[in-house]
This record gives sequence, C-alpha cells and structure tokens, in this order.
Amino acid sequence: MTRISLTVDGEKVSDDIEARMLLVQYLREKVGKTGTVIGCDTSNCGACTVHLNGQSVKSCNVLAVQADGGEVATIEGLATNGELHPVQTAFRECHGLQCGFCTPGMIMQSIDLLANNPHPTEEEVRVGLEGNLCRCTGYHNIVRAVMYAAEHGSSDSVQSEGASA
Amino acid sequence: MIPVQFDYLAPTSVEEALAALVEHGDEAKILAGGQSLLPVLRLRLNAPELVIDLGKIDSLRGVRDEGDAIVIGAMTPHAQVQTDPLVAEHAAVLHEAVQHLADVQIRHRGTLGGALAHADPAGDMGAPALALDAQFVIAGSSGTRTVDAQDFFVDLFETAIGEDEILTEIRIPKHTGWGAHYEKFVRVAHQWPIVAVAATVRLDGDTIAEARIGLTNMGSTPLRARAVEDALAGQPATEDAVRAAAAHATEGTNPPSDLNGDADYRSHLAGVLTRRAVLAAIGR
Ligand SMILES: Cc1cc2nc3c(=O)[nH]c(=O)nc-3n(C[C@H](O)[C@H](O)[C@H](O)COP(=O)(O)OP(=O)(O)OC[C@H]3O[C@@H](n4cnc5c(N)ncnc54)[C@H](O)[C@@H]3O)c2cc1C
Ligand code: FES
Ligand code: FES
Repeated sequence: MTRISLTVDGEKVSDDIEARMLLVQYLREKVGKTGTVIGCDTSNCGACTVHLNGQSVKSCNVLAVQADGGEVATIEGLATNGELHPVQTAFRECHGLQCGFCTPGMIMQSIDLLANNPHPTEEEVRVGLEGNLCRCTGYHNIVRAVMYAAEHGSSDSVQSEGASA
Repeated sequence: MIPVQFDYLAPTSVEEALAALVEHGDEAKILAGGQSLLPVLRLRLNAPELVIDLGKIDSLRGVRDEGDAIVIGAMTPHAQVQTDPLVAEHAAVLHEAVQHLADVQIRHRGTLGGALAHADPAGDMGAPALALDAQFVIAGSSGTRTVDAQDFFVDLFETAIGEDEILTEIRIPKHTGWGAHYEKFVRVAHQWPIVAVAATVRLDGDTIAEARIGLTNMGSTPLRARAVEDALAGQPATEDAVRAAAAHATEGTNPPSDLNGDADYRSHLAGVLTRRAVLAAIGR
C-alpha cells in the first residue's frame, strides 16, 4: 500500500491505496466522484478526462499514485452554488449531448481547450477534441457548444478554471 | 483493465533510480508518462514486480540551449516539446511532428523520452529524431554514454538502452533555418500513422543544399531515406526535381502488412508522402 494525498475538486483527500489503482478507479471508488466515467479499455474514448494540475488527462491512463501531491478537477466540481459552469451551460443550450456518456469528458476537454485558446476556430475545436469520442451526436452540436461557450461564457471563469484546476 | 499488483518507487534522482534498476534487474520497469506502459500493464502484456516512476526527477524535464545543439530532457512532455520556442526554431520537424502525435490529453502526459524508448515502429517521434541526427544520452550505474540516432533504434520495441540504463536526454544539433514538414497518413482522426514522412531541408537560394528524410512505419524501426536525400542534394527546388527524388523513398525499406494496409500500399504511400513532405518543407 502507498499513501497518497491530493486535492480533488478543492477538497483534500488522503488514502492508502495499491500502486496499481488507476486514477479513474480512485476517483470513482474511493472519493465517490462517479461523474467521471469509463468508456473504453484502450485510452481512446476520453470519457474519463479530468484535469490534473491544470491539464486535461485521461484518468484511466494515469496511476492514482502519480497524482500524489497534485490537484484534480472533475466534472463534479464545475458548478458553483448550483450554478452551471459556462461550458456546461453551453452544452445544454446547444444540445451538445444525447445519451450523455461522453459529456463529462467532452466538457473537461473543452474547458482545457478554451483555457489555452479562448477563441478557437471550428477546425481548432474539432482537432482539440480529437481524443474524445461520441457515439451519438455526430459531433456537430458539441462543436457548436464549444463555439457558443467561447462567445457567451465569461471567458474569465473558463480561464480561471483551466488555470487553477 | 487493471494491472497486476506491483511495488512502486518514485525516486527523486537518476542515481536512486539506477540503483533500484540494478537491484531488481528485469523484474523492474521504468514509468515515464505511462501513456504506452499503462495500456500494456492493463492488458497484462507485461507484469513487472516493481515500477520505477521517473516523474519526480525534475532534472529530466525541460529544454535548454547548448550552443550548437538543443538538449531535451527525457521526461519533457509532448505538450511542452510542442510549445517550446527552442524546439520550434532549431528542430522544426520535431515541432511539426509532435502536434500530430495522439491527442491533447495524451500529449499532456506522454514524454519524448518515453516515446523514443518505447520504439514503436509506428511512433511519430523516431523519424524526426533520425532526420535531425539526434543523439541519445543514456545513464547507467557505471556512467553516461551517448548513442547516435542510427544506432539507437535496434528493432521492434527495442533500442540501445540496456536493462539497467535510463535515457536521460535527447541532444539535437541545431537545424536553424531549415524548412520542415511532417506528413502523416491516417484513415481516421487520432490514429497511429499508417506511414509518415519527416522532411527537413536547407535551401540555398532556389537550390536544395541538403535534405534529411525520416520514414515512420516502413520497417521494424524508423528509417532514413538516404537515397532520397542524395537525389535531392544540389537539385533546384522544383516540383519535378522533388518528384524524381521521392521515387527513391522505398529503397532499403521493409514495410509491414497489417489491417491498415499491405506492404505494397505502404510503399506507394512512402513515395507520395515523401514528395508532399519535401514540397511542404521548401514551401512549394
Ligand atoms: C490512445 C493513444 C494514442 C496514441 N497515439 C500515438 C500516435 O499517434 N503516435 C505516437 O507516436 N504515439 C502515440 N501514442 C503513444 C504516446 O506517444 C506515448 O506517450 C509514448 O509512446 C510513450 O511515452 P510515455 O512517456 O508515456 O512512456 P511510458 O508509457 O511511461 O513508457 C514507455 C516505455 O518506455 C520505457 N521508458 C520510458 N522512459 C524511459 C527512460 N527515460 N529510459 C528508459 N526507458 C524508458 C518504459 O519502461 C516503457 O517500456 C498513443 C498512446 C495512446 C494511449
Ligand atoms: S475510459 Fe479513459 S479514455 Fe476511455
Ligand atoms: S452523447 Fe452519447 S456518446 Fe456522446
């Protein structure tokens, strides 16, 4: 067992875990952050995307021990006082989901994208979401949602989320 | 989905990591960004007793200027290689290629050293490293040695790094002012290349003074297309000259056949992609 201490959605957590435990397992099974989902076995789908020290990562392809001392942000920490994050709002406004399974990862990756490029072109959005697969929407409304967030979302809150997460 | 049990060590210095490697021999495995190793462990294709994580060794991360060369720490993430101004200025073909490797999330975690040490023949970092005549700095318990790119890649997933050694740095002679392009052919977004070509070219007016061409996935290791390089040297920077030189792209190659394409198809691609890569590198 290895002891790890990290911050998840702003709260300090500390646990003794097996070194082989994946970050996504740790988040779901130990911390209860079941908003972060597992969509594949090959690190292709991106459904498990969270931010580790301010950068998007596939949490199925990171060991929990590698996150020791770090800061993790998940989809569950985005809304503040019941108010949706601007990118969440944008996905709702643009109908950027159908079954919703890819959505937690799509939103976390979109926030990362906008933090680095607050006013992307449509092409830049498509390339930036390359690591996130959606089996339902055909992507059009997802891309629209990110463009909408860039236009309407207070880019302040998008950026500070990306930078501090 | 979940790896078998292993012990875990996160040393803070190369010396400590080497000592652990020597002690545990082939029961131990180095962990860099984990973007290739963790899938392997999760599929249980490998089951080391000890995983030695290099993530806490700060000296292995970053890019520095050493006069006639830039030096990239093995643990420098792809995303940092992609945005580093020294890489863009002096090793433009690496800067071009890394943008096409995997996806954003994987580029945040995966490292240049990890990708090169993994030595997947379809990996995108080998061909630019070869084209740029990179040198590999490898540390062992008895000291450090430097290996040239053409001796580094030995076979499928096999490099010159010994079992008790660690790749610490990649040294790239400056190719300042050289034109560069990485032409990667895939069927769908976010795929390993079926074939790719790394081209970097120095122009002297309207003449091609020198060219360096690396091929991805045209054999069990990345390859240099030396016949193309020879055919380009001294030629006018025209489409006809480039087309004629690119016809030599398959010389010395031994492309694999798999579900993405058979060897003949890959050979055809190599010629087409070489022409495109060189033309883009010279801005034609
Ligand atoms: C979905 C997906 C898509 C991908 N697509 C591409 C792609 O299109 N093109 C591409 O090139 N790559 C692709 N990759 C792989 C990616 O480039 C990895 O980052 C890279 O291959 C391994 O780097 P790493 O730092 O993660 O190394 P790790 O996975 O940690 O290690 C890889 C291997 O190298 C050894 N190793 C690592 N560092 C050292 C060192 N310093 N000294 C000695 N041995 C070392 C390890 O023991 C291990 O055997 C993809 C990966 C995934 C999961
Ligand atoms: S579950 Fe992580 S990428 Fe699919
Ligand atoms: S909405 Fe169903 S997978 Fe994207």
